[in-house]
Amino acid sequence: MINNPATPKEPADLDRRRFLQHLGAGALVIVAGSAGIRRLDAAERFTTMWAEPWSPVAYVTLHADGMVTIVCHRSEMGQGIRTTMPMIIADEMEADWSKCRVEQADGNDKKYGSQNTDGSSSVRDFLVKYREAGATMRALLEDAAAKQWGVNPGSVRARQHEVIHEATGRSATFASLVATARTLPMPAKKRLRFKSVAERRWQGKKMPSIDLVPMTTGAAVYGADVILPGMKTAVIARPPVWGGKVVSVDDSVALKIPGVERVVQIPPAPMPGGFQPLGGVAVIASNTWAAIRGRDALKITWDDGPNASYDSTEYKASLQSTVRSACKPGRTQGNVEKGLASASRKVSAEYFIPHLSHAQMEPVVAVARVVDGAVEAWAPTQSPQDARNTIASFLKINVAKVTVHVTLLGGGFGRKSKPDFICEAAFLSRAIGAPVRVQWTREDDIRYSYYHSVAAHRLEAGMDAHGKVVAWRHRSAYPAIGATFAPNVAGADPDELTNGASDIPFAIPNMSVEIGPAKAHARIGWYRSVHAIHHGFAIGSFVDELAHTSGKDPVAFLLDLIGPDRKADLSKEGLVKPAGNYGATWKDYPMDSARAKGVVRLAAEHAGWGTALPRGRGRGIAIHRSFLSYVAMVVEVDVQDDGTVLVPRATVAVDAGFVANPDRARSQMEGALIMAMSNTLYSQVTFAKGRVGQSNYADYEVARMQAAPHVVDVHIVESEGLPGGIGEPGVPPAGAAIANAIFAATGVRVRDLPVGKQLAGWRGRTA
Amino acid sequence: MISLLVNGARRTFNGDPTMPLLWFLRDELALTGTKYGCGISECGACTVHVDGKPARACQMNMAKLDGRTVVTIEGLHPTGEHPAQIAWRELDVPQCGFCQSGQIMEAAALLKTTPKPTDHDIDDAMTGHICRCGTYPRIRAAIKAAAGKAP
Repeated sequence: MINNPATPKEPADLDRRRFLQHLGAGALVIVAGSAGIRRLDAAERFTTMWAEPWSPVAYVTLHADGMVTIVCHRSEMGQGIRTTMPMIIADEMEADWSKCRVEQADGNDKKYGSQNTDGSSSVRDFLVKYREAGATMRALLEDAAAKQWGVNPGSVRARQHEVIHEATGRSATFASLVATARTLPMPAKKRLRFKSVAERRWQGKKMPSIDLVPMTTGAAVYGADVILPGMKTAVIARPPVWGGKVVSVDDSVALKIPGVERVVQIPPAPMPGGFQPLGGVAVIASNTWAAIRGRDALKITWDDGPNASYDSTEYKASLQSTVRSACKPGRTQGNVEKGLASASRKVSAEYFIPHLSHAQMEPVVAVARVVDGAVEAWAPTQSPQDARNTIASFLKINVAKVTVHVTLLGGGFGRKSKPDFICEAAFLSRAIGAPVRVQWTREDDIRYSYYHSVAAHRLEAGMDAHGKVVAWRHRSAYPAIGATFAPNVAGADPDELTNGASDIPFAIPNMSVEIGPAKAHARIGWYRSVHAIHHGFAIGSFVDELAHTSGKDPVAFLLDLIGPDRKADLSKEGLVKPAGNYGATWKDYPMDSARAKGVVRLAAEHAGWGTALPRGRGRGIAIHRSFLSYVAMVVEVDVQDDGTVLVPRATVAVDAGFVANPDRARSQMEGALIMAMSNTLYSQVTFAKGRVGQSNYADYEVARMQAAPHVVDVHIVESEGLPGGIGEPGVPPAGAAIANAIFAATGVRVRDLPVGKQLAGWRGRTA
Repeated sequence: MISLLVNGARRTFNGDPTMPLLWFLRDELALTGTKYGCGISECGACTVHVDGKPARACQMNMAKLDGRTVVTIEGLHPTGEHPAQIAWRELDVPQCGFCQSGQIMEAAALLKTTPKPTDHDIDDAMTGHICRCGTYPRIRAAIKAAAGKAP
C-alpha cells in the first residue's frame, strides 16, 4: 500500500496532478450507489455521474499501469477508516495491496453518498457497498481475461492483481486487462460473489494502518498543516456568551503589533446559529503568534444577549427538580405505577453529568481561499458536505462554488462535524482577498465548543421478594442538540432516549422511560457516543446499586436482568414513534438479549471476576447496547489514599457483528475506556454569567498516562452478523464500570460527575 | 538577529523575539510535524529537542534560542527509523496521530537517558503528554519495545 497524504502541502498543484491521473487515458472508474454499480469511462464521469439520481459513490479507479486508487469518502480521525475501507475493497477485488493507494474524497453533492463521518456508521452503513465495489471489479477483470482467452468466465479467477486460467496456467495482469474491461458490460449484481470467510485475505484480520509512516515522522497533514502561498493567519475574539454580539471594538493597540495586518468583524449568524459561526472580531496577521497577540490586545464591549445569566449551579438544580416529577414518555410498557406499588423493595437514585467539551488534540482550524467568488477550503472536517452547504449559506453563494478538501483530523469526537470554523476562514478570505488560516487556540476550543449535554437522571426500580426487577422508571432532563439548530426547542425529544436509555436490553415488565424539558443556554452538540454517555453512566450505575441492594453478585444480577434469550423489536414494546434504532430497522438489528449476555459473560470470565482484591482496589462491570453493538466492560480501579483513581486494567467484550479491522476495533475500545476515564473522573465545563469557566487542559482535565490502564484486554466476538458501530459503543459502559469499580474499592458511590476530588479521605469515611 | 540550528540547518530570525519556537517552526520554516495543542505546556504536542533535551516549543521564546540546537520530529532520524518510530509503527500506536510527534520526541529523549525505562520512568516522562484518542497503553508498550535499541 502506498500512502498519499490526505492533503498536500501545496494542494493546488497536487490536486491538478491527481485530477489528471483520474482523467488519464485508460483509467477505469467504478461507481457504486444505491442504484447498483456501473462502469463509467473517464470521459463520461461528469455527465452520467452527475445525472445519477442515487448519489453514486466513486470508490475505485484502476489505472492503465495497474495501480489501483481507492477513494476514501469518510474522514480519518483515528478510527482507521482510511485503512479499513480500502482493505475491504482491495480484498474483494483481489488487488495486490502494494499496488493500491488511497485518496481522500473532497466534499461532494452526490457522488459519494453521505460523507458525514459520525454515528459509528462507516462500516455499518457501507460494508456491502464496499464489497460490491470490489467484487464488481474482480468480476469485470475476470470477464476481460475470459474474453481475451476465449474461455468461459467461470474457468478463470482473479488472484493478487492477476487473472489466472487454471486449466492452462495462463495469467494476465490486471493492467493488461484494463483495455478489454473497458469495453465490457458491467457484471449484473446477481453475478457478484462476495468472498467466503476462508477466501478473505484481509477483512477481519490485522492490517497495519496506512498512515503510520507519515504519522510517526511529522509528514501527516492535518488542518493546520496546509500552507498556501500568501496565506494569512486569523485568530478571532468570539462573543463570550452564546448569542452575544459586538457593541464596539477598539483595535488601536492590536494594529500596532508587528505582523498584525487587519481587523475584520464577522457577523454572528441569527440565533440559534446551527453550524454557522458565532461571529466576533478577527485579527489577521502574517503569522500565528502575531494574530494571537493581536487578538489578546483587542478591547471589545459585548452585548451578552439572552444567555447572560446561564449558571451551571442553578441549572443543575433545575434539571434535578425536573426529573423529580412526571416527564414526557419515551417508552411505556406495562404499568410502572402498579409495578412500583406492588414491589417488595424500592430503590431510587439520582445521577448528574456535566457539560463536556471534546478537547480533541487539534483545536479546530481551517484554511480557505476565495478567488472570483469561488471558495476552496481545506479542513479537518467530519462532514465536508455540511461544510460546503454551510459555507454557501453563510456567504450567500451557490454551493457549486464551494470545494472542501478533507485533511486528516487531529481528533474529531463530533466537534469537527460542525463547520463553523471553516465558514470563518471562507468569510475572512473573501473579506481580505487572500488565503486565510483560522487558528482556534485551545482556550477558544474549550470556550466556544458545541457542548455535550449536561444531564440529570432519576431512576426508580421496584424489586420482588426474590430481588427481580419488576418496575423501572427512568426520568432524565438535558438540553437538546436540536436547540442548536431551531429556536424555541423546549428540551430533548423522546426519541433521543433511544440513544441508550429507552432501548436497554433488560427484561422488565413495567417500564416508563421519560424525558423532561430543558432549555439550552449554550451550543449543544454531538460528542462521541452522545447521550449514551450519560444514559450509560446512570443506568449502569443504578443496575449496580440494585445488585448490591439485593445482595446479589453484579454479574449474576445483570444476566438475570437481561433475562431469557430473545430478539426484540422494541418499537412493539412501548417505544414512542419513530422508535429510532440508530437509523437501522429493528428487523435487521433487533435488541438481542443473548448477545448482551454473551458480552457480559465474556468480559467477566476474562477479567477474573469474583477473585478477591484488597481494599482500595475493585472491579466494576457494566454493559451497554449502543450504535447497534453490545459492549461489556470490567474495569479495575486502584484508588489511592488521596482519592486519586488509577485504572490498572480493564477487560472489554464487544459484539459488533462482523468486524472488518479487529486491531482498529481494539484500539477504539482502548480509546473509549480512556475517554470515559476523562468524562467520569476529571472533565467538566461549567458556566457562570453565561461564560465558560474552563479554558485549557489545566482546568479542563483529561486522562493522562499515569492513570491510564496497563492492560486493556479486548475480546471481539467473532461474527458474520450485520456490522454495528465501533467508534462509540465502548464509551457508555466504561463510565459506569469505573464508578462501580470505585464503589467496590472504597464503598463510596459517586453519582455526580466528575469524580474529581470526591474520594479524598475515603478511607476515613467508609469501613 | 537570532541564529540557531534546526535539524542540522542554520536558520536565522529577526522577527518578534517573544514568538515561541513553535510558531517559528510551523509558520516560518513549514516544519509542521511539531503540533500546537495548548500553548501553555500542558499537552506536550509541541515537544522538540533543544540542545538534546526535550522542550515544549510553545514555551521557548525565540529570544532564548540564539546559538541553540533544535531537533524536531522531521529531524529525529534521517530515514524516520528511530527505534521509537519503528516501535510505534509495529504496535500501530497512533489513532488520529496528532499528538504522536510530541510523544515520540519525549520517548526518544527518555530512551537516551534511560535506555531501559520502568513503567514508573515511562509514566513520569510521558504524563505531560495528552492523547485524547487514548493511545497510552500502546505508547507504554512501544517505549518498552524500543528500549535498549540504538537509534
